[in-house]
Amino acid sequence: MLKRLRNIGDCGIVCDFGDEVNREINTGVIKLFHHIKNEVSLGNLNGILNYTPSYNKLIINFDLKKINSSKIIDFLKSVNFSTLKLSQSSKKWKIPICYDFEMDLENMSKTLKINKDEIINIHLNTDFFIYMIGFIPGHPFMGDLNSKLFLNRLKTPRVKIPPGSVGIVEKFCNIYPYESPGGWNIIGRTPIKLFNKKDEKEPCLLSPGDSVKFKSISKKEFEKLANE
Amino acid sequence: MSNFFFKVLRPGINSTFQDKGRYHMQHLGVTPGGCMDLDLFSIANALVKNSSNEGVLEFAYQGPLLKLINGKTKIAITGNVLFQIIKSNNETIKGECYRTYDMDKGDQIDILATKKSSYGYMALEGGFDIKPFCKSVSILSRAQIGPNEGKKLKIDNKINIKINRNNNKNYAIKISSKNESTIRVLKGSQFDYFSKKSQKDFFSKEYKISNLTDRMGMRLEGEVMENIVNTNIRSEGITKGAIQVPADGQPIILLTDYPTIGGYPKIANVTSVDYSLLIQKTPGEKISFKLIELHEAEQLYKEHLKSISKIIKEIREIN
Repeated sequence: MLKRLRNIGDCGIVCDFGDEVNREINTGVIKLFHHIKNEVSLGNLNGILNYTPSYNKLIINFDLKKINSSKIIDFLKSVNFSTLKLSQSSKKWKIPICYDFEMDLENMSKTLKINKDEIINIHLNTDFFIYMIGFIPGHPFMGDLNSKLFLNRLKTPRVKIPPGSVGIVEKFCNIYPYESPGGWNIIGRTPIKLFNKKDEKEPCLLSPGDSVKFKSISKKEFEKLANE
Repeated sequence: MSNFFFKVLRPGINSTFQDKGRYHMQHLGVTPGGCMDLDLFSIANALVKNSSNEGVLEFAYQGPLLKLINGKTKIAITGNVLFQIIKSNNETIKGECYRTYDMDKGDQIDILATKKSSYGYMALEGGFDIKPFCKSVSILSRAQIGPNEGKKLKIDNKINIKINRNNNKNYAIKISSKNESTIRVLKGSQFDYFSKKSQKDFFSKEYKISNLTDRMGMRLEGEVMENIVNTNIRSEGITKGAIQVPADGQPIILLTDYPTIGGYPKIANVTSVDYSLLIQKTPGEKISFKLIELHEAEQLYKEHLKSISKIIKEIREIN
């Protein structure tokens, strides 16, 4: 439930849902996110520029030329949270992954004392929920991973991780959309493009609130899908 | 597409096309971006009689050298910029900011440097012929989004322009520049994560702008901020001008190309009214922060917008 509303700078509002990070709290955040997004698209709320959900907060950015903090807080106070639904537009995805591109399975197996196949199995059988997308375009933060697979970040982050790499840290799983540095434990790689600049309508495949299940593919299938 | 274009003879340090930015996409990890200095952007477009959201060329420190290969155009440069126009007969005209110049086939514009400031702008009558991505021509080079394949200008790039000059008048405006070094801020979401001493230091000591400053962020050097709660927070959405303090205690101000989410505590947030003033500061300069209340920030911004409208209204025809 929404615990607190406050301004962040003179053109932002934080909707704070409390300190915990779990699916239920994030579902509340996502419901409000869909509601705001919808109200903006219907033209019921002018001057809103962005609405960014994270684990336990929704940040609303606005154009101070058109609206101000107190007007947005009034609007948020009028929202009947009990009637908000998880949008129909939340999608379920099957994302292909090739585990042959792992970089850390050996070490993960040693640290967790679970054999590699079992690690892959647990990962494959997890229904992931997208808590948020961000930092860079298309980058999803997904949970919740079985506590048997909880791992810390690498002590020394890698300088380069290829695009599509799938990493895990604690109860979260992510996919790197671009080649970038990173400290997550890499378990495999997907040939799917998470951010497609050629698609102006929906450049980003995934959206906060969507769910993801991975599907294991061979190296051959990976190459084929990557070249499509 | 017209066949009027510039050729890039020297790209400059960080030359990109920008407009007001790209919105309604931060939840997908796409930061708004846009012009660092939106005031100079508006004035540049107003001088060449463009609509207020026409894309412009932004440059930092050293700007580009462009040659008009084909066509004729009218340009305006805003900021505190040293530049010259080299006519095709080799005659050189010393450039003045905040006025328009006609350029003809074979002429070059040489944007030498921004003086005691970081960013400057070049607008063209009718605008650049560049392809928007999701309704904006702002280049976000980190994600390679926007025109020019989302990249900074490079040598030999061709820059298409939309129209041939059809206004035979020129315009100018006088601008007096301020040299204020106090930046007004609001309290950040995690202000109470910092010790009483650090809260006091933050508003009384000077901070030096480091060399590690770009469109994404400005790193500061000064009194170390002592965090007494937690040096990390759950990652949350970022707003422009957020002043975050990582574990080393040295503040970083997140600027126009900010990462969409971040996990460091925020001590303060730069007000909209002082944002342009802040981003024009150069590495090595010292700034200090002054705490104000939200209603003051809103009032000051209103007055600021009025002063920009007034400047635009004062644009006059010259001979």
